[in-house]
Amino acid sequence: MSATTNILVVGIGGQGVMTATEILAEAAIAMGHDAKKTEVAGMAQRGGVVSSHLRFGAKVLSPQITPGTADVLLGFESAEAMRWQHMLKPGGITLMNTARLVPPVVELGLFDYPADPLAEVKKGGNRVVAFDATTIALELGDIRLGNTVMLGAIADHLPFSADDLLACVLKRFQKKGEKLVELNRRAFAAGRAAVGAAAAALA
Amino acid sequence: MAAVMPAPAASRLFLSGNEAVARAVWESGVKVAAAYPGTPATEMLEVISTYPDLYAEWSVNEKVSLEVAIGAAYAGSRAFCCMKHVGMNVASDALMTLTLTGVIGGLVIAIADDVGLSSSQNEQDSRYWGRFAHLPVFEPADSQEAYAMTKAAFELSEQFQVPVILRMTTRINHVKALVTVGERVPHEGAGFQKEASRFVMVPGNAGKRIPLMFERDDKLREFAESSPLNFIEPGSDRRVGFITSGPAYMHVKEAFPDAPVLKLGFSCPVPFEKCRELAALVDQVVVVEEVEPLVETELKAIGLAVLGKEILPRQGELSPNVLKPAIAKLLGEEVPAAQQVAPLPVFPRPPTMCVACPHLGVYYTLSQVRNLTIAGDIGCYTLGAGHPWNALDTCVSMGASMGVALGLDKGRGASDESKRILAVIGDSTFLHMGMQGLLDIVYNKGNVTVLLLDNRAVGMTGGQNNPGNGYGLHGEEAPRVDFVKLVESLGVKPERVHKVNPYELPVLFKTIREEVKVPEVSVIITDQPCVLVKDYHKLKPYAVVEDKCTGCGSCIDVGCPAIHVTRRGQETKPNGRVVDLAWVRIETSVCTGCGLCVQPCGPKAIEHFVPTSPIQLVKGGCNA
Repeated sequence: MSATTNILVVGIGGQGVMTATEILAEAAIAMGHDAKKTEVAGMAQRGGVVSSHLRFGAKVLSPQITPGTADVLLGFESAEAMRWQHMLKPGGITLMNTARLVPPVVELGLFDYPADPLAEVKKGGNRVVAFDATTIALELGDIRLGNTVMLGAIADHLPFSADDLLACVLKRFQKKGEKLVELNRRAFAAGRAAVGAAAAALA
Repeated sequence: MAAVMPAPAASRLFLSGNEAVARAVWESGVKVAAAYPGTPATEMLEVISTYPDLYAEWSVNEKVSLEVAIGAAYAGSRAFCCMKHVGMNVASDALMTLTLTGVIGGLVIAIADDVGLSSSQNEQDSRYWGRFAHLPVFEPADSQEAYAMTKAAFELSEQFQVPVILRMTTRINHVKALVTVGERVPHEGAGFQKEASRFVMVPGNAGKRIPLMFERDDKLREFAESSPLNFIEPGSDRRVGFITSGPAYMHVKEAFPDAPVLKLGFSCPVPFEKCRELAALVDQVVVVEEVEPLVETELKAIGLAVLGKEILPRQGELSPNVLKPAIAKLLGEEVPAAQQVAPLPVFPRPPTMCVACPHLGVYYTLSQVRNLTIAGDIGCYTLGAGHPWNALDTCVSMGASMGVALGLDKGRGASDESKRILAVIGDSTFLHMGMQGLLDIVYNKGNVTVLLLDNRAVGMTGGQNNPGNGYGLHGEEAPRVDFVKLVESLGVKPERVHKVNPYELPVLFKTIREEVKVPEVSVIITDQPCVLVKDYHKLKPYAVVEDKCTGCGSCIDVGCPAIHVTRRGQETKPNGRVVDLAWVRIETSVCTGCGLCVQPCGPKAIEHFVPTSPIQLVKGGCNA
């Protein structure tokens, strides 16, 4: 990875994209990095597109990731992972949830949802790992664990260890009781395993 | 928000620009802070309100918030006021005379420009106010600078007895970065001292203050020349040098790390000598400023050869991906191909109204009534202009629905003779600047039906409290406006005022249909809370009974994002007409049981959801 690490987290308003990026930023700062995080969030609660930029390294200047320079793209939703492919650097990796969240404009028949977003992403020639974070979260008993599953998914694609990120994730739940800490630990491990298995199958 | 223990001095905190300014306001010993919510400025006052030892308020509009701050500054206290760019248009009447009186206690006005229009009706450059009102302008480039410049602005404000504009942009307000914070220094004002020649701006007094304002301009420019907020980084590649300010500075440094740069933190009045100094170092000077060519034009006027908007866009952010190709072209170089890949085509995903939003009922109904012209306003309900409703025809400025509706009525063309004119406005927007417009409709005998959507919150900016919902800034009880009494006292006849539950579609439909036929002003008030505020209570969710659904698609026209199409088809009617069919399901995990979709459903296929497996019992949003 280059001197500054560029992580792009994308999804739609209400999915927890901004919170996930915040936790990634906390972990980077805890590891001694300078960090900047930015997104366009004015309509974030209204089901619109959210793309959150996280840059960290010795010294970060512009908070914005330049197209063609993102190291990792973490997609909370299939079509959104597709929408931001041009941001990846050559050799970058996409980690994408296979969930499809269909907006009203598609339900109304005004636009089509892409038939196979994963196939479209693959055409770009960069590495891509797809997994079903929503089902993983539901199997653990709560769809809200999806956010932690996503963080587990990116854990082995950062310039610091998965345990360092996990510590930052669990810190968020410490006040809410041991049961929630344990559930999130399992969600994180499940996300990590899902990406690990898929990545191994690719290799 | 309740007051919390602020983090100790020397802490290194990960703060947005808004949070950084709030911390600096507290550390500067500010006594009074006032604002009206508006993206991207809203969080400044929200966070200020969590600090102890100061008074903070949501004012009814930006003009009042500035006037509150002016009063506090006249009394010798430090005062702070913040707003989004368009807010200053409202507050400018006060600003233009404030510049003549100046201040006693420090007064800083933070204006947040929505460069790139992430959620605004226009894109303005608030640095113009510095020129127009003869006021100094500071432009931070990140959170640390936003913090430091706020503190410096209070010092400058008291040194020159002048209000200072802190010009921010979305890319400062909403970007999080590390900030090292300091100690709070209490500031005690001496109290208001009577001085009519200074504080009573009648012509005789005001005229004498104007030359003093020009003198102040000269002193400020001299001060800007030596201000540490303006500095040159000599660089090593002397082909192009940059004069830049605000977030554009970071973008320039990112894109051209070796180039000489003059960073203007104190950007108005422009320090001309500093600019000449930079120009002497380099072959060519490019001014990189968001949005308007202000510094560029002034430099050209003093005869300095600079480039600016000839090679850079005049709209939107000047990000590295905008700067790199422009400068490469200037130098005859190539830009890496990877940075010029076109995005894959994907459907648009515009913001939508929330599941069960009370406005859904209003817009569904408006979409079913023919022959309307609907003047809209600023808020969540502006989304009614979109699909599937297409039930909003104008959106101009806060409160404009009233005056525009009256103008549509009085200025009818031949083709509008039979049109019914409606105005749609939210509770907070009505109190901000709409009630004067309604008074104008009443006084001038307009034929307008006003829909006042009272959802008890400033919904679009995150559900802030306002005088319409009975809660104060900290969530405490506060006097609540009675909208019925208010509109009646403005002169709307009591029989023309109706309060309606927007979830009762037949009642709403009938009320609107009847009132638009009456040739005078009517007001229909809807009274159900925003789904994001604490007054909202969820009900039992609904589901579609699959074998009862006929695919008529009527429920989709409500526009609720919880309704999804499962399959599509076509049917040929007996008259030979082919109609599209869409069978649906309801995302039960997000449905809150408002019942709006139940009402237009022909085959009665939507019923209360009966759980069949424990997984589906889980509540919550559509996470992941």
